Amino acid sequence: MKRPLRVYAILYLAFLYAPIALLPVFAFNDGTVIAFPLRGFTWGWFEQLTEIPALHAAVLNSLKIAVSTAILATCLGVLAARAATRFAFPGKKGVMGLIMLPLVLPEIIVAVSLLVVLLQLGLSLGAWTVILGHVLIATPFSIAILNSAFQGLDLSLEEAAVDLGETRLSSFRLVTLPLVMPGIISSLLIAFTISLDEFIIAFFLTGTEPTLPVYLWGQLRFPQRLPVIMALGTLLVLASVLLLAIAEYARRRGAARTGQKDAGGFL
Amino acid sequence: MKDTRATARPIITLEAVEKYYGDYHALRGISAEIRQGEFFSLLGPSGCGKTTLLRTIAGFEDLSAGRLFIDGQDMAGVPANKRPTNMVFQSYAIFPHLSVAENVGFGLRRTRLSKTDKAARVEAALAMVGLSGYGGRAAHALSGGQRQRVALARALILEPTVLLLDEPLSALDKKMRDQMQGELRRLQRQVGITFILVTHDQEEALIMSDRIAVMFEGQIAQLDTPQMLYRRPVSRKVGEFIGVMNFLPARATVADETHIEVEAAGLGRAVIGPDQLPGGWHPGQTQSVGIRPETMSILYPGETTDRRVATGVVEDLSYYGDMTYYEVRLDGVERPMTISMKNLVGRPVLERGTEARVAWDARSLVLFA
Amino acid sequence: MSDRIRGPRIGRSEAAQGYLLVATPLAYALLLLAVPLGAIVLFSFWSQDYLTIDTTLTLKNYREALSDPLYRQLLLRSLMISAAVTAATVLTAFPIAYYVSFYVPPERKAMWIFLITIPFWTSYLIRVFLWKVILGYNGVFNTTLLGLGIIDEPLTFILYNANAVVITLAHAYAPFAILPIFVALEKIDRSLHEASRDLGEGYLSTFWRVTLPLAMPGVVAAVLIVFIPTIGDYVTPMLVGGPDGRMIANMIQTQFLRLNNAPMGAALAVLTMAMVSAVALVFVFLNRRFLRGRQ
Ligand SMILES: Nc1ncnc2c1ncn2[C@@H]1O[C@H](COP(=O)(O)OP(=O)(O)OP(=O)(O)O)[C@@H](O)[C@H]1O
Ligand SMILES: [Mg+2]
Repeated sequence: MKRPLRVYAILYLAFLYAPIALLPVFAFNDGTVIAFPLRGFTWGWFEQLTEIPALHAAVLNSLKIAVSTAILATCLGVLAARAATRFAFPGKKGVMGLIMLPLVLPEIIVAVSLLVVLLQLGLSLGAWTVILGHVLIATPFSIAILNSAFQGLDLSLEEAAVDLGETRLSSFRLVTLPLVMPGIISSLLIAFTISLDEFIIAFFLTGTEPTLPVYLWGQLRFPQRLPVIMALGTLLVLASVLLLAIAEYARRRGAARTGQKDAGGFL
Repeated sequence: MKDTRATARPIITLEAVEKYYGDYHALRGISAEIRQGEFFSLLGPSGCGKTTLLRTIAGFEDLSAGRLFIDGQDMAGVPANKRPTNMVFQSYAIFPHLSVAENVGFGLRRTRLSKTDKAARVEAALAMVGLSGYGGRAAHALSGGQRQRVALARALILEPTVLLLDEPLSALDKKMRDQMQGELRRLQRQVGITFILVTHDQEEALIMSDRIAVMFEGQIAQLDTPQMLYRRPVSRKVGEFIGVMNFLPARATVADETHIEVEAAGLGRAVIGPDQLPGGWHPGQTQSVGIRPETMSILYPGETTDRRVATGVVEDLSYYGDMTYYEVRLDGVERPMTISMKNLVGRPVLERGTEARVAWDARSLVLFA
Repeated sequence: MSDRIRGPRIGRSEAAQGYLLVATPLAYALLLLAVPLGAIVLFSFWSQDYLTIDTTLTLKNYREALSDPLYRQLLLRSLMISAAVTAATVLTAFPIAYYVSFYVPPERKAMWIFLITIPFWTSYLIRVFLWKVILGYNGVFNTTLLGLGIIDEPLTFILYNANAVVITLAHAYAPFAILPIFVALEKIDRSLHEASRDLGEGYLSTFWRVTLPLAMPGVVAAVLIVFIPTIGDYVTPMLVGGPDGRMIANMIQTQFLRLNNAPMGAALAVLTMAMVSAVALVFVFLNRRFLRGRQ
């Protein structure tokens, strides 16, 4: 059974990576049509990236939104994860269920329902409304990551700190925080990545300044822009992989530093 | 070093302490005095409330009712970080992100000592538990025994009035446990601090303690020295929990002021002293007598004795090398009783079915209601 | 209890501390999730009259949504595509999860999971777009097959229809299906397999009688976690679906942003949610029955 499964697994990975693998191929292809055969090597599309002000504005806007989302979602995540792992309170299941709901709600529903309320309240759309939506969908991911960080923690560690004269707050700072720090870093990076990549909510809730995915969406209609988009996509994939690698590294280092067994993986 | 135990000043006083977890009644009217400088153990089966009581003293659980004094001060409203107690946790709770020295020196952060003083204190504490030179080690890279020592050093560095230990030896293997039992005892004598040890291992409690509180279901069943606990358990439950005890149906009547007359199934009639009725009720309420296996012996053919003799049959036996435990059924008794015998030269192990004469002593009988 | 003492400050009641911590995230979820969801339900009972919204409650939108063949077809098609995606994703994901859990050495498992999750974290939009590039008339797939002489003219049934949507979504949600199944498989005590073999079961019957039932919770989680979001997907049907591959999310978007008929869009959104919940409940119920039936 092992061999056929292994072959299957490798084919499956190829399927998973096929689209991404094509990105650099066409990003460096010296032709305006995205099709084989290839025409030759060029840096031209990457150079063009530097010359589009609207793209730069969208990138900046997205970064702003992603950083805010990462921080807010992680803060909410820390609060919820600690409550969920440390304390028993009536109605916990329902409360956590509501907070985690966006994880299984189609994003279009989140988007339109927020839109309806915001418009009804007469509020103008902008970066901040996108942040509101993104925090909502990123928080469950943060909680999932932080839950496992908090869960691995021996409750008596904090008690030991209190026993040795620290207050509740200072023992959280001195003991718990350093121990869940890898989880916090993972959570920040994951929330950042989610926000940077999210399209639908941004599409509905963005005002006059598009985020990067919204800008991209607009460009997909123009065939002559496609090679540039391939170049941009290549950079985005590189950035995502880099962020993920850092998140994974932080998690593993945290695990190694505290001598835990490597349990592996996100989510 | 003065023997602080002799002063016998109460350091912890518990007055009718109650603890509820929701509807669950975890501590039911605990009253006790723990003395300055003694090695005190809380012994009982799993779930009887030992940890709960220890955590109440440490300040991690609040009392539902009753009062708790440490060194004469009412602890109501005093949080755990302000109490003169320190704790060795069952899991040891070694901070995994800190080095051994940082762990041990953790409690010194809030003191006004200079850096060098702190380092010296840490080194002294490490030396005390036999870990000199381990300060730089990563805490998570220690063995079980070493973790236990770090936890001890960390708790002792603040020189608490009382040191609380929650099953500190249960995570160690047998050999390590035996060694640490001795070391803990030695350490306690050396520092003179009151130790309160939680354990469910009766042997450990007997070996280490000055006094033991035996707990069942949230109540203290008996608080006594190891010897008294073993020799004069106040109830069948305590007698059964500590060591092995045989029980025989019995009746008792008062003979005169200093004597009680007992009639026990299989043993016959005997006269005993009032101290052999440790519960303090009226002898007329007696239902059974207890007798320890090692206070009896099986007589070999031709052997004579001036002790009392009963007769029975060897039904079963377990051979332990140095000892043999016989299950002997006395004539006229339903259940066999356990008798332990040292395996000495010239005393072959008896076979099943052997008719046996059992020598026993009236002084080793204990009455139970 | 007259001498009941107040607890030390350190031990404020468990529940109170829990609520205190969870209050902020809960308030956030209530304000930005529960309230908007409530609002959209309310909205779906209003109606749009050109530029003004009539706030009298009416079932008009629902009547229209359920009677107009356009909407009915869209809802049904979304359901079918989602079901197809779910089946394809979960069935293809199971062997991977099984392989990683049972045949990859423990120290390499994290690496495999990492490899499997990476594509998921790269721009969704670009990934979907790349499928368009791959599956298109002049796309990578067709040009390659033509070049190799396997086909004489480009295949057309692979883009701008429901097939393309299924392939693309199955690709996008692969990690979502693999991870829960992997986790469930990891939890299985390996000695159970040995016990089953020891009791005379073969490889396949061990899988059937031991592994699969124990992996079922993971499979159910995978099904739900793939099915629910895909039914509301917007990008994929828009980019690769063509007119025959459009799904309900596209219509919701059209109602809100193009036709300016928010109440109709809201009604469709509510219907989508109802459909999702119904399927989820049925599935959870079936799973319960299945688990109980085994005991
Ligand atoms: N936080 C709590 N909430 C509810 N019940 C509790 C809590 N802590 C302890 N209990 C219950 O109180 C009883 C006594 O618990 P405790 O931990 O004191 O037992 P123990 O004597 O230390 O047992 P063990 O030897 O198993 O450690 C148990 O039945 C336990 O279930
Ligand atoms: Mg305990």
